[in-house]
Amino acid sequence: MPGESISIRELAHSFGELQTIDRIDLEVPSEGVIGLVGPSGCGKSTLLELICGLLDPGDGSIEVGGARSAPERLGHCAFMPQRDLLLPWYSAIDNAALALRNRGAGRAEARAQAAEPFRRFGLEGFERARPHQLSGGMRQRVAFLRTLLSGKPVLALDEPFASLDAITRAEMQEWLAAALGSDPRTVVLVSHDVEEALYLSDRVAVLSPRPARIVAELSAPHPRAPDRDAAVTDPAFVAIREQAMHALREVAR
Amino acid sequence: MKSWLLPLLLVAALIAAWQLATSTGAIADALDLEDFLVPSPLEIAESLWQNRSLLAENAWVTLREILFGFGCALVAGLGFAVLLHLSETLRRASYPLLIASQTVPIIVIAPILVVWFGYGIVPKLAIVALVCFFPIAVNTLDGLRSVDPEAIKLMRTLDASRAQTLRRVEAPAALPFAFSGAKIAIAIAPIGAVFAEWAGSSSGLGHMILQDGAQLETARQFAAVAVLSAIALALFGLLALAQRRVVSWR
Repeated sequence: MPGESISIRELAHSFGELQTIDRIDLEVPSEGVIGLVGPSGCGKSTLLELICGLLDPGDGSIEVGGARSAPERLGHCAFMPQRDLLLPWYSAIDNAALALRNRGAGRAEARAQAAEPFRRFGLEGFERARPHQLSGGMRQRVAFLRTLLSGKPVLALDEPFASLDAITRAEMQEWLAAALGSDPRTVVLVSHDVEEALYLSDRVAVLSPRPARIVAELSAPHPRAPDRDAAVTDPAFVAIREQAMHALREVAR
Repeated sequence: MKSWLLPLLLVAALIAAWQLATSTGAIADALDLEDFLVPSPLEIAESLWQNRSLLAENAWVTLREILFGFGCALVAGLGFAVLLHLSETLRRASYPLLIASQTVPIIVIAPILVVWFGYGIVPKLAIVALVCFFPIAVNTLDGLRSVDPEAIKLMRTLDASRAQTLRRVEAPAALPFAFSGAKIAIAIAPIGAVFAEWAGSSSGLGHMILQDGAQLETARQFAAVAVLSAIALALFGLLALAQRRVVSWR
């Protein structure tokens, strides 16, 4: 499943009187990973919902692989929310296979299709486990697999590891880097963690407080390097991270 | 300690105190009544045994009224909740009516229904269904609306149709709520059945309670009330059991 490019032009959006997004231009190449960082409440999640086609933009245009209207974009994008939102009444594998069921596959057929990636994601033996029986990291992996199995070329990840502890989080970042290496997609990653965004993305856009604009765009030095610890302590990485932090501090004033 | 031990001890203590107060004639003396008007638990138990076939016959009549009435309310309540959930317009239009339906005093409507439908089972079904409908419909509707809006968005990006979202996300989320509503309904259903029988009937536990009251058959009256309570407890227990089996993820 190849990725698709995203092209955003002069995007603006408001909820009633409240302007949340102010003229954003953004290009993401096919199979590229773009990170979006910004202060909390700046409209990052709204931007994701706009890209996915869950919302219609007030102004400007969004194109995902040639799809322009919101319902069309919905067909090209899969969304991974901040909380995993696994359904407690389904087993882990049924949660992962949710999109397959929605597209008409029977239960057994959906499970069979999900079985191989389920094992590949290190979840073997937990097929029948209920979500509450899984660790935080495993839940996040099931949630990511659910997004991936939708078969959509564009993945919109909204702070996917925000709820995890620091160590699990670093492990999951390395794991996601590997998963995207073997199964490349176009990814829009929202994060409030600059290091996470710079490690996982090719480029990182720094957003201003609401209404959100892009105030800086930075290229990551070692996107998804196999050895995360080495990558994030490399002087080039540290320098870019400081640049991003500086930009964030500037706009926060 | 087992969860049923404490309530069992309390009930036993209450019955023992009652037995003591009646067998010594304390209550009857205090109220200046004949002894037979204040039956002891033992006398009630005796009456229960002696009148077992009469009680069983009438209990069966009332149980049927409760079950069919509750069944109608369950179908209508769940269906109505789903309809109101799916249509914002319908919800806004009929929510006040739904609440108003609960304010209609059944004590007034029961005789009217008897005039319309006669002494048969129909007015009883209607009354029981009326008291059961509200808790089921309101609780189920609250359950359907309790779903995290993010989960609905998630389902949309996973290519779910409206019906699939209802079936896979909203309906399971509403199940514990629906069970709560059904448990409230089944606990008050016997009261509805008794009211309906009082308004006009020739059989049933409510009918018996009324007749025995008039004939000063106080022990048998209490026996009928005990059977009615036992029915309510048993039905509530069955629903609680079903809830634990069905809602296995909680």
